[in-house]
Amino acid sequence: MSAIENIESVLKSHKLSPAEYEHIKEILHREPNIVEIGIFSAMWSEHCSYKSSKKYLNGFPTKAPWVIQGPGENAGVIDVGDGVAAVFKMESHNHPSYIEPFQGAATGVGGILRDVFTMGARPVANLNSLRFGSIKGSDNINKYQRHLVRGVVEGIGSYGNCMGVPTVGGEVSFDDSYNGNILVNAFALGLVKHEDIFLGVAKGIGNPVIYVGSKTGRDGLGGAVMSSDSFTEESKSLRPTVQVGDPFTEKLLLEACLELFATDHVVGIQDMGAAGLTSSSFEMAGKTGAGMIMNLDKVPAREEGMSPYDFMLSESQERMLICAKQGSEQAIIDIFEKWGLDAAVIGEVTDTGRMELFWYGEKCADMPIAPVSEEAPILDRPTLRPSYLDAVNAKNISDYPVVTNQEAFEKLLSSLEVVDKAWIYEQYDSMVQTNTIKRPGSLDASVIRIKQNDKAIAMSADCNPRYCYIDPFKGAALAVIESGRNVAMSGARPLAITDCLNFGNPENPEVMWQFAQACEGIKEACATLNTPVVSGNVSLYNETNGVSVFPTPAIAMVGLNDDCNKVLQSSFQKEGNTLLMVGQTKGEFGGSLYIKELFGETTGKIGEIDYTTELRLWDFVINANKKGLLESAKDLGMGGVAIALAKMSAISGLGVEANIKLNNTNEIFDESQSRAVFEVAPEHVNDVVKMASDLGLHIDAIGSIKGDNFTLNDVSMTVKQLQSIYFDTFKKTIEQDL
Amino acid sequence: MKVAVLRFPGTNCEFDTEYAFKKLGHDVAIVWHNDNALPDGIDLVVVPGGFSYGDYLRSGSIARFAPVMKSVSQYASKGGKVLGICNGFQILTEAGLLPGALKRNTNLHFISKYQHLKVVNNNNAFLNQYQAGDMLYVPIAHADGNYYIDDAGLEELKINGQILLQYVDSDGNVDSINGSVEAIAGICNKEKNVFGLMPHPERAIEDILGSKDGIKMLQGFIS
Repeated sequence: MSAIENIESVLKSHKLSPAEYEHIKEILHREPNIVEIGIFSAMWSEHCSYKSSKKYLNGFPTKAPWVIQGPGENAGVIDVGDGVAAVFKMESHNHPSYIEPFQGAATGVGGILRDVFTMGARPVANLNSLRFGSIKGSDNINKYQRHLVRGVVEGIGSYGNCMGVPTVGGEVSFDDSYNGNILVNAFALGLVKHEDIFLGVAKGIGNPVIYVGSKTGRDGLGGAVMSSDSFTEESKSLRPTVQVGDPFTEKLLLEACLELFATDHVVGIQDMGAAGLTSSSFEMAGKTGAGMIMNLDKVPAREEGMSPYDFMLSESQERMLICAKQGSEQAIIDIFEKWGLDAAVIGEVTDTGRMELFWYGEKCADMPIAPVSEEAPILDRPTLRPSYLDAVNAKNISDYPVVTNQEAFEKLLSSLEVVDKAWIYEQYDSMVQTNTIKRPGSLDASVIRIKQNDKAIAMSADCNPRYCYIDPFKGAALAVIESGRNVAMSGARPLAITDCLNFGNPENPEVMWQFAQACEGIKEACATLNTPVVSGNVSLYNETNGVSVFPTPAIAMVGLNDDCNKVLQSSFQKEGNTLLMVGQTKGEFGGSLYIKELFGETTGKIGEIDYTTELRLWDFVINANKKGLLESAKDLGMGGVAIALAKMSAISGLGVEANIKLNNTNEIFDESQSRAVFEVAPEHVNDVVKMASDLGLHIDAIGSIKGDNFTLNDVSMTVKQLQSIYFDTFKKTIEQDL
Repeated sequence: MKVAVLRFPGTNCEFDTEYAFKKLGHDVAIVWHNDNALPDGIDLVVVPGGFSYGDYLRSGSIARFAPVMKSVSQYASKGGKVLGICNGFQILTEAGLLPGALKRNTNLHFISKYQHLKVVNNNNAFLNQYQAGDMLYVPIAHADGNYYIDDAGLEELKINGQILLQYVDSDGNVDSINGSVEAIAGICNKEKNVFGLMPHPERAIEDILGSKDGIKMLQGFIS
């Protein structure tokens, strides 16, 4: 082990500060070598250590009777009845996807799937939450953004489809704030029996440490460190730091792991994601206080001439680290050989509390594990309320010119945030595994059947970055609320969330303030709605040339419906049925689609959040659906009741005749919270109205499903025209340069 | 009925297929690609969907060399019934058990959606529970479903009644959604014991998933 020359430049390239270097020397009682520097740099990177965010993540509500595993493992786990558990998590792959969209997005999916099946679960559903810059127009930025959309979608599809895991839904939106930093958040959910859950632990002195999966190459070297920095013009030259995915190998790894889990050979298992072998080995040993020896020359290598440094920091995909029971080595190797995968015993568990790495018998690193994994610096970065807020909060709807409702309707309906995204979701196999009850394109939550118990899981990924921009606290809380409301609208009880917190540069106090506020908003909403956080991910440094993205805390809510035969759809079912609207329209236009699409701005304030009414709305729809009183249900969100009804009409091909009494005519586009529309058969209207009124909810009959025209107050359009705008716009936009 | 469902590395519809046949009351054995023989006493071999060997090189091109495929060819040559679904259809064309080939969809994208189909010929085991002209609604999910056959081959398919299913729009008009010659979605061999289609009948056996039109297809093999 030799000391390092020109230490300043080495520290700089590893993004370690002089203070951190001093701390490293204290921990080691000597100067580190280059392998150790690499390990510290990865473990203490923002990506792995959460050093900027940890302060605020503490205090997330994480417990409920149905929570089996909260944050801290590869994924969260909740009980979904009859001994079955749902394992889920959402994770970002933003930086790689901007640099190389296909591989970046593909390996994002691969990574989140590994997080789920490493816990013993078979993945059964994927979602994604995507943010792009402006894809309209002919500037180079627009063209590049269209290229990114096409690449990301193809990448997600290629990986999920090959894995045989249905992509059942997702969300995508567009804003200039993402022109230099797109967001690609992937969610995966798996099912496992309670007793078959595996954790990422290494214990039992002498137990073998086994490497399985793909061989290690030099791809993704330093990826975790790359993701912990902001972008500049030169960032595209970082392409070699993006991992290359091989979904076929991951499919083999999945099946081999599930076959292995059915034996009793495994003590613990951890996937190699960010910071590869480094983070997996340190985390496994760190959780139990054990030590570990690894012989890096035993790691299967894809190419010659790789060094211990390369092996420890490569982010090659489709790899796992297993702590097995002694004597089971050959049985494990046999299983992986059956599936054509490498498996190699590379080390063993010790009781030293140290990580000792060897290279052909010679020690090449020796570090205490706990300080590396636990003494990562926790930063208390300065926060400052952003200066833009006063100006944007001061504006309101009356400051803008009057537009006729018909003109506004046509503009909002053709907004890329509103129109159908079949061009995207038809590239994803959404029906493999034969459980998909509510598919992409069907609005609101996605729903799959649980074959094991005939219940259904509803899930929805949501965030309105405009709300978060004008009020990060309430915007984040509303992301929780909206995802919960979407889940409830399918008849399922919202149970828990996973989050993916995408923000700008934490070294900017205004960004740090947004982050802190958003975390507090999530805490308030999750605590009040009793939907704890069971897993999550933080992505900072989403900034290019000093411009940060809108604060984007994406939330994925998971809920349970006790009967898979009682899943409520969110588009019209039958002509002649009555439309009821629940909730109060208060004239809320803060961060609205209306102001964005008509005036190109994101302004205003978010109104008071009424959790009591929100929860009553959830109770109402869940109970009314159980009694069979509802035909369809849809929450009111972006674009208000006008856009909600228009979507329901377009998808079903059925017309609407509705009239709503409002204080101002433009309030058909208002985005007041805690509202929904329900389709009810005429004979059930009285019961439904009584049920809602008994719960203290405001309910109005607003019209019926009827004819070939969409008519709402002073807006009208034929269903045919509505459908052509709704179904054709996105394809035309995204394919314009092909 | 006893059904053998093949499993190659990368197959991902074997359990869906097993679930569907079991739900319809049949016995199912999953057969590993390296096995040299099919189970005794089977009534049907299904080559299910997925990405066998990653579909690297060309969809289905590697799977046809798997040891189990020798047994499948022998089984078919003795008149045994074989059904290839999606990747299974691709494998059967690569193996020469069905004529033609499946190319990349003309829009170059994977296409996953519910699709209308029209029964062209019901004079076979697979579609005998339907009438010619019946409209079906069945999921598709493929990137390489663009069926190609040369003119002479197409003529032969027509003469022998080997064209089984066509893609159509909701009004029943022929609609080649992926570029397939004559919008062909499914065919059989001349002897009418080997069948292949891109749509997924095993995904269409329950109302809560959107359609039950696949039931009569799978049940057709009982007779």
